[in-house]
Amino acid sequence: MPEPLLSIRNLVVEFRTEDGIVHAVDDISYDVFPGETLGIVGESGSGKSVSTMSILGLIPQPPGRVASGTAIFKGKDLIKMKKRELRRFRGDELAMVFQDPMTSLNPVLKVGYQLGEAIKTHYPKVSDDDVEKRVIDLLRMVGVPNPEQRYTQYPHEFSGGMRQRAMIAMSIANSPSLLIADEPTTALDVTIQAQVLEVLKTVQAETQAATILITHDLGIVAELCDRVLVMYGGKIVEHGDVHTIFQNPRHPYTIGLMDSLPKLTEDEDWLRPIPGQPPSLINRPPGCAFHPRCFLSQGRLRCREEVPALRTADGGTDHASACHFAEELIGRHSKFAEPVPAGGGA
Amino acid sequence: MTEPTTPDAPLHLQKHLVDQASTLGDGMDPALSGLVDPTLDAGLEIQARSQWSYARSRFLRHRLAMIGLVVLVIIFGAGIFANLIAPYSFEEIDLTNVLQAPTTTAHHFFGTDEIGRDYLSRVIYGIRTSLEVGVFVGFASTIIGVIIGAISGYYGGWIDNILMRITDLVLTLPALAILLTAAALLGQGSQWRVSIILALFYWTTLARIVRGVFLSLREKEYVEAAKAAGSGDLRIMFRHILPNTLGPIVVSASLTVGAAIILEAVLSFLGFGIKPPIPSLGSLIASGQQFPQKWWITVFPGLVLLIIVMAINFVGDGLRDALDPQQRRVRA
Repeated sequence: MPEPLLSIRNLVVEFRTEDGIVHAVDDISYDVFPGETLGIVGESGSGKSVSTMSILGLIPQPPGRVASGTAIFKGKDLIKMKKRELRRFRGDELAMVFQDPMTSLNPVLKVGYQLGEAIKTHYPKVSDDDVEKRVIDLLRMVGVPNPEQRYTQYPHEFSGGMRQRAMIAMSIANSPSLLIADEPTTALDVTIQAQVLEVLKTVQAETQAATILITHDLGIVAELCDRVLVMYGGKIVEHGDVHTIFQNPRHPYTIGLMDSLPKLTEDEDWLRPIPGQPPSLINRPPGCAFHPRCFLSQGRLRCREEVPALRTADGGTDHASACHFAEELIGRHSKFAEPVPAGGGA
Repeated sequence: MTEPTTPDAPLHLQKHLVDQASTLGDGMDPALSGLVDPTLDAGLEIQARSQWSYARSRFLRHRLAMIGLVVLVIIFGAGIFANLIAPYSFEEIDLTNVLQAPTTTAHHFFGTDEIGRDYLSRVIYGIRTSLEVGVFVGFASTIIGVIIGAISGYYGGWIDNILMRITDLVLTLPALAILLTAAALLGQGSQWRVSIILALFYWTTLARIVRGVFLSLREKEYVEAAKAAGSGDLRIMFRHILPNTLGPIVVSASLTVGAAIILEAVLSFLGFGIKPPIPSLGSLIASGQQFPQKWWITVFPGLVLLIIVMAINFVGDGLRDALDPQQRRVRA
């Protein structure tokens, strides 16, 4: 197995609020390998964004705090790193694409300037002409038409899809080795989503950057990701390669997520949501955080009292599930088993 | 992939990246990426207008502001080119011709004062003094206010608390009393001293405005995106957030110029401002107290002061209407 590019161990992130301490991310560990695409899925509030923002030092502190854990990136611990040192990594080796392209570009600065700034910040000695050339190339790379004209325009002259392309161009400006895309298509309409995903794919293929793709759209995961982490209530409840997760999920929550999606090839009258509400991250349910909503638990004592650990499951070396009774799910297939539909959820 | 610290990294990176970019560009399907733009080829693209061009056209349509601007250009133009325009020097004494009423003979259009100095010339030089004080105070207080407001709003927490309590303190001080005390202690005198004292009083409102805007803008996603791109605090504050606050800053600065001119006149009127024989509009008005019957001594500098301050306020209003995107409709 190759050396992981980013190795997160026992990361705990808390937010202090008036109501108590929010355990946004609770003791998670995962690896990202060079060149791969890792999907992190989960409901709103499951800690999927916080788990990556915190290692970049981008959560507001206070109230946020990385309580413990390490994040080893290229041999250095990002958590212990000094602010200044971490800043050198951000936007260079580690880049981020944000959710909402409409608000992620500064309205008063020209798009070309903002992209150029991403380069200038890290390589101040590059001449302005070279920066301009590079930015125009970047814009062309992500499929922005007439990049020379677009270079001198303001964000309000860009459409949503164009802005997200510009944001992607900005994130890859310094050829990062790890690209974190936080719900990059959530704010876009479906046709534009498809185009932006296409751009992400191209960029990924060409830059060979490892990508962490945070999303709640399983269709995007199926299309782009090699491996998947499923998060619930600040914990990883299941991980595995994308085929295993889609075909043979071994955690009731993952199965619930799959079941709640409509399958386009079948005539379905009703969507099947997971009953109940996501757990409060201040007063987490004791035992397994998912047990109040779980179809498998049926009130069993172990689910209510004992926090389940991730255990290797049957879908290959990387497959693990945090369910006490994962074995009971063996033999069960998700409704997306064979064949995995391309873009099934979009 | 690249070492950020090696000095030759940029060029090397540059070449590498450009190569990469061109191969990527080739790899994309031009139809999919929309690289073909028929409207552009036909020269039919929509002409872009910047936000500033919208603001400018809104300002130009603002009638009162334009009148104010023209008046200011004339009056301040006279002040700036006082040595070319004024018929006499401001200190040229002519004891044979004291307290003469306005007349066209010898170009004493505003009459003469008690020692025969041409009053028109003194008023014009007075405008220059007022202009210098006003512009200096406008600039200096804006710089202080922006820096304090920006730091306060961007960092928040205890820094914000300390800076805002200082601001509150300065705001609650009775400006005139302090100014009179300061003038008395330091001695009446140089125009610069008066200007600096005024500037130290006038930054407070702007600091609060800038703080407020920074407080809300620092949560914007583009600030987060800039952070994620590795920008430092200073760059984010002054490159990313500050341009978004320019509207209120420009408006506030223009109104401060007017306010500073008035306060300087008040100080000089009370005899604590700028030292004679340098004329200032305030001391010129004050000199009329000795000669109640000689109306021109008070009326001309008073009128000029009134017109200047009104014009500045009109321009300030016009700027606010032009720069405030919430208020699209142009008044008047």
